[in-house]
Amino acid sequence: MTSLADRPENPVVGRAVAHDHGADHATGAALYTDDLVHRSRNVLHAWPVQAPHAHARITSLDTAPALLVPGVARVLTAEDVPGVNDAGIKEDEPLFPSEVMFHGHAVCWVLGESLEAARLGAAAVQVEYEPLAAIITLREAIAAESFQGGQPTVSRGDAAAGLADAPHRFSGEFEFGGQEHFYLETHASFAHVDEGGQVFLQCSTQHPTETQEIVAQVLGLDDHDVTVQCLRMGGGFGGKEMQPHGFAAVAALGATLTGRPVRLRLTRNQDITMTGKRHPYHAQWDVAFDDDGRLRALRATVTSDGGWSLDLSEPVMQRTLCHIENAYFVPDIEVHGRIARTHKTSQTAFRGFGGPQGMLVVEDIMGRCAPLLGIDPTELRARNLYTPGQSTPYGQPVRHAERLSAIWNELHQRADVIRRKQEIERFNAGHPDTHRALAVTPVKFGISFNLTAFNQAGALVHVYRDGSVLINHGGTEMGQGLHTKMRQVAATALGVPLEAVRLAPTRTDKVPNTSATAASSGADLNGGAVKNACEQIRQRLAEVAAREFDIHPDDVRFVAGRVTGIGFHDRELSFGELAHKAYFQRISLWAAGYYRTEGLHWDAQRMQGEPFKYFSYGASVSEVEVDAFTGSHRLLRTDIVHDVGDSLSPLLDVGQIEGGFVQGAGWLTLEELRWDTSDGPSRGRLSTQAASTYKLPSFSEMPEEFNVHLFERATESGVVYGSKAVGEPPLMLAFSVREALREAAASFGPEGHSTQLASPATPEAVFWAVQDARKALAAARSAGAVAPAAV
Amino acid sequence: MNQIRMTINGQDREFAAVGPHARLLDFLRDQGLTGAKEGCAEGECGACAVLVARPDGVQGTRWTSVNACLPAAAAFDGQEVVTSEGLGTAPGPRGPGRLHPVQREMAERGGSQCGYCTPGFVCAMAAEYYRPERGATAAADEEQTGTGVAGAEHAADHECGPNGFDLHALSGNLCRCTGYRPIRDAAYALGAPEETDLLRRRLREPAPEPSPTRIEADGSRFVRPASTAELFACLDEDPDARLVAGSTDVGVEVNIRHVRPRTVLAVDRLTELRGLEVTAEHVQIGAGLSLSEVAQALEHRVPLLDQLFPQFASRLIRNAATFGGNLGTGSPIGDSAPVLLALGASLLLASRDAEREVPLDEYYTGYRESVRRPDEIIRAVRIPLPVANTAAFHKVAKRRFDDISSVSVALALQVDDGTVTAARIGLGGVAATPLRAREVEDALIGRPWTRETAEAAAAVLGRQGTPIDDMRASARYRRAVLEQSLLKFWAQSQPGQAQEVRS
Repeated sequence: MTSLADRPENPVVGRAVAHDHGADHATGAALYTDDLVHRSRNVLHAWPVQAPHAHARITSLDTAPALLVPGVARVLTAEDVPGVNDAGIKEDEPLFPSEVMFHGHAVCWVLGESLEAARLGAAAVQVEYEPLAAIITLREAIAAESFQGGQPTVSRGDAAAGLADAPHRFSGEFEFGGQEHFYLETHASFAHVDEGGQVFLQCSTQHPTETQEIVAQVLGLDDHDVTVQCLRMGGGFGGKEMQPHGFAAVAALGATLTGRPVRLRLTRNQDITMTGKRHPYHAQWDVAFDDDGRLRALRATVTSDGGWSLDLSEPVMQRTLCHIENAYFVPDIEVHGRIARTHKTSQTAFRGFGGPQGMLVVEDIMGRCAPLLGIDPTELRARNLYTPGQSTPYGQPVRHAERLSAIWNELHQRADVIRRKQEIERFNAGHPDTHRALAVTPVKFGISFNLTAFNQAGALVHVYRDGSVLINHGGTEMGQGLHTKMRQVAATALGVPLEAVRLAPTRTDKVPNTSATAASSGADLNGGAVKNACEQIRQRLAEVAAREFDIHPDDVRFVAGRVTGIGFHDRELSFGELAHKAYFQRISLWAAGYYRTEGLHWDAQRMQGEPFKYFSYGASVSEVEVDAFTGSHRLLRTDIVHDVGDSLSPLLDVGQIEGGFVQGAGWLTLEELRWDTSDGPSRGRLSTQAASTYKLPSFSEMPEEFNVHLFERATESGVVYGSKAVGEPPLMLAFSVREALREAAASFGPEGHSTQLASPATPEAVFWAVQDARKALAAARSAGAVAPAAV
Repeated sequence: MNQIRMTINGQDREFAAVGPHARLLDFLRDQGLTGAKEGCAEGECGACAVLVARPDGVQGTRWTSVNACLPAAAAFDGQEVVTSEGLGTAPGPRGPGRLHPVQREMAERGGSQCGYCTPGFVCAMAAEYYRPERGATAAADEEQTGTGVAGAEHAADHECGPNGFDLHALSGNLCRCTGYRPIRDAAYALGAPEETDLLRRRLREPAPEPSPTRIEADGSRFVRPASTAELFACLDEDPDARLVAGSTDVGVEVNIRHVRPRTVLAVDRLTELRGLEVTAEHVQIGAGLSLSEVAQALEHRVPLLDQLFPQFASRLIRNAATFGGNLGTGSPIGDSAPVLLALGASLLLASRDAEREVPLDEYYTGYRESVRRPDEIIRAVRIPLPVANTAAFHKVAKRRFDDISSVSVALALQVDDGTVTAARIGLGGVAATPLRAREVEDALIGRPWTRETAEAAAAVLGRQGTPIDDMRASARYRRAVLEQSLLKFWAQSQPGQAQEVRS
């Protein structure tokens, strides 16, 4: 066996190949869960009865009128549940609730011969509610001390002493918004009862194993009675890690009760009003710097808005606390985390998993404090970057910290930062109402599930007698190109061309007990497992070939589908011929692979340990233009240098970086979740529940010039073929956009003006920041001649 | 009964038992063509986009991209539709496949990740690929980018490729995965269609004629009348009938609010509603022309409309939506009304026996209410000529394109020898109806066009209407940007400034 990171000669990993199914996507041939419905007969369609209150007791539920609606087959209620009426892993999410916990909570589900019949049936169900007091905003929850789950603290040194001793001390508060996943494919499940009573679910899920477990729990079955398959997802982003389970359970319950296939696909409005989002946060902080602008101490309390149930809020908060310092060394630190309980959707995983929220707090601090310290924000950030030998507040050494400054410097050169800053100054001097600015921000992101047990994976690899290869693994495909990478890993490990490897859809009866495809870990974990399985087979085949060639098995070479011996070229076998020979020698041609990440430990009580296999690094610089009349803004150019180790698949990795960046920019500058916080009858209703009111980035939000560079010579030892994870970290590269907007607004004000910017930095938010800056300039001028910051 | 005929991906077939409210999207998916997806069901995401053969003059056809989630399948009776499946095929068990150039560029350049939006992108991109004017004049003939005119600092116009590909063609398609860069690269890499390309050859033949249609089921009906006479007869039968053209508004009501109108009357293909007439005194625009058709036929005669079009929803919507529809729904946040108010437009309201002309500023009487009688239709919009020499349209929204206005302001001033001699200002999003800001106009007319005049008028503009707080913006912001819009307009109108001020 070779080491995990070593690559053979001429490997298939590292090649820039396009997404496996690009052609299928483009021709409409690729199938998604709800496309399967059209291939089935006798299907029932599900529609929810959604409560019109944020918090209420259900005093009566009369389903009889629904059954009179033509085409209604059945109404599913709590009484139908043979197992446990709970769709969560914390037993705090009743599938059919007796108490409404958020506006739009599904009270029961109607099954109809058509979607229209189910919808009309749902409208006919009679529900009486006794409205109860509802907590909607984070501030209301904090005031009412409405919290749930644990309240962890991460600390090192003596933050109080550090704050007391330092020459510059600031404090502030920051509340910022969450984010709707808005995967283009809404939640979809399609259930039927297969031969022998096997419950079979097609589901758009990032976590087939947990979907399987919850469905079994609701149905009162054992796990082996339920099989979950995920062909692919039309986007996940964390939104399909925990959230699909309940919908799958409803479909499965309907299928078992009626004996017919049941399809449950949420409309966009249902999806947005019923499923969890990125957690909004509130932060209160005290920070201290020394005279050189080096961080001395940070004390903060961060409160996430968890919504009505815990879901993944606790691990999300852990990751927030493990990323609050981003890429900066803070000697004395003490950060407390709390999860508010509100009457909203149960907030959940979303790309970055709390990390972005933690990092946003420190980047906001940097952006606000730099003018007060009289230091350029980019310089302030550079001075505080981790250096080799330093550790995180939770005690993990920051390995390869030198990459942070290397990336930072390379980015400055590639993006021509110094010259462009001068150009921007000239531009601003000539344009009284249109200003530009650029900002540079770093990313350091820990890779591995915080919970050590999740860092394992399995794979199942078959070699057929013709030498063709079929691989299964526990990860799911949601667009990130995991399946493409896994084919590249298998082709590399077996020494066959990429075309020789086919991938079968993710199913729980092929590879059991899988972890969610989450935490950016899909390729690291499943790649390790696929490689392990392939190497077992290759080892056996090497012995067959060695006998054939009369050489030692270690000297057999597998390259591009040809099998030969080291140093001779006259004798060779095709991979297929060798497989054929092996079969007739009764050598097993399939293997189960397994991988566990080495060297992790984490004490969640003390919030100390080494929970991450390694850190991903990156930095970005963004230049924006702000129209002072409206606050509207454009992203003129973004440059990124990002560390993906030795890339498994450069085209896919660049795609993840660009896509993550734009999604992050959406969160920070555009996407705004608004709930009705009034005391009126629709209190708690999400008012941005459609694509017309919740705006995600479109073409006009992409950087007009977009340069992404993969950091070179970046082999990561101990990870499959020397690569690094790429799914989440690039999202946080988008901090540079927000910071550039802050600096553009600040350029309308006087030197030393600390600019506060709401998040998301919508045109309205930027407009008010510009207005504040202009007021400050006017005030400064009337107090004494002061030059504006921009000139 | 309830049969329609449709040519789908080159195959002409009859389809039975189509309901009056069955959407084109569901209809196609029921045929096994599941490439088109539902992403939002309100025409915002484009995952459902398909191509339709629409008239290009009388002789030719234009492949036109539309959202399939909004219109009824019945509206396509007798029409030709092409889906992503019809453009090309992927390699598979049936052979090596034959990808369309658009599909190949998207697949090879990383233009798809999760792939859910891709069939819609491919169709929207294919429409632009076949656009006859593409490439010929490149940037010069493109829709101008609203208030943004590419200035010296933006030498590279990122909204139009070297192959003439207008990125606005994709403004109605959302992708959550890629960040768009590879999609833009795919679009800009496209060459010209081959001579042998069947879809290109199709452009030279006339588009299918509209097909009179009558579908009735479950107490609802969809009617495409053969003539205006039949239309008025239908209106007599059911005065509550909903008139639709592209269904871009009614479709949303059907999908989101689950409205099921008893009678839907499709008017968009009636000859009387499809004229575009230019005389010395006015431009008259048929109410049933799509906005894309209007933009093309006007040939930049009304610069203020050139500013409106790219900011009006998206190309997918503009290919279906009409002035008649946008004005007829009477929404106070529709973007055409403020512009047409500033242009001094009037509406031609036709009934069975008569036609009358109503100035747009006398048309609205309340929230989604107007002087139009149930027996009347909007036949055309008339814009007097010449248009004012200094005009701008400012749309303030969260997103730069394809968003609903928080506030929209259209300003049209006639400035002669430095003095404002005439002024019309239309406002959207600040009251229950689109509003004409007469008080502001009075503050401008007869005064020199100076910063002082602009500032004084801006203060008045900031007090117009009764803006509200909602999810799009606060009332305070709406009032502030109303005021700012006049200052911005003044700054833009100064020589040397126009190029740099962008929204």
